[in-house]
Amino acid sequence: MPSSSGTATVTLPSDTQILIVREFDAPVPLVWKAWTTPELVKRWWSGERGEVMSAEIDFRVGGRWRYVMNAHGEFEVAFNGVYHEIDRYERIVNTEVFEGMPNARALVTNTFVDLGDRTRMEMLIEHDSQEMRDGHLNSGMEGGMQEAMDRLEQVAISLG
Amino acid sequence: MARAATTADVFNAVAEGRRREILDLLAAGERPVQELADALGLAQPQVSKHLRVLRDVGLVDVRDAGRRRLYRVNATALKPVHDWVIGFERLWEERFERLDAVLDELKQEDNDAQQ
Repeated sequence: MPSSSGTATVTLPSDTQILIVREFDAPVPLVWKAWTTPELVKRWWSGERGEVMSAEIDFRVGGRWRYVMNAHGEFEVAFNGVYHEIDRYERIVNTEVFEGMPNARALVTNTFVDLGDRTRMEMLIEHDSQEMRDGHLNSGMEGGMQEAMDRLEQVAISLG
Repeated sequence: MARAATTADVFNAVAEGRRREILDLLAAGERPVQELADALGLAQPQVSKHLRVLRDVGLVDVRDAGRRRLYRVNATALKPVHDWVIGFERLWEERFERLDAVLDELKQEDNDAQQ
């Protein structure tokens, strides 16, 4: 039974940014290891939405990463990027591109905050435009957006 | 998914910065249009135009109070936007719960190595 460490919070600090914050019940070196080791990334990155087919990590400044997920045998999604900055146990800055939307390149700053036996992760995702930011929020959650649109329609109808 | 560019779209209504400022102000309590205009440093007709868009999508309601018209937020209309962000949050929470399990194993390995 994994020890639960609280839930992730997602906020939109500006029109072009997404901030994800989450605490983990493990010290920074272990979170860092789980975040940057291909065999470990494969075990968590798909969540409950499929299986990670490959996780390539060339972990150096200028090195490339690429993750591919197979969503329950239905389709594949791939993300890739380049590491811009690596401060061991403190910060990783990398680009991220959803290969389905190659023009929407985001800059992601992962900050590992040392809380002793615990770690707080802060992921700041920055896009060039609000449109791309909104597209990012929509990536990997087709069902969720549809539900939201259905509800929106209901709201519109109730106003009519 | 592309979003329909219609005035009856909550997403479009809140995509405009001034309209979000109006919602923020109204979240603190109902106000007449002139107070909003003063707080935002805008002319009243401009604020009225934004309020019209917000009313059209149901984000803002209005009531008459004597000679004044008071505007207030209708938070339930913001639910689609809220749900949209929540969906993304859920994806990350799924990932993080699996990461929790990986971290538990790593901690166990560390403990075993120290014994």
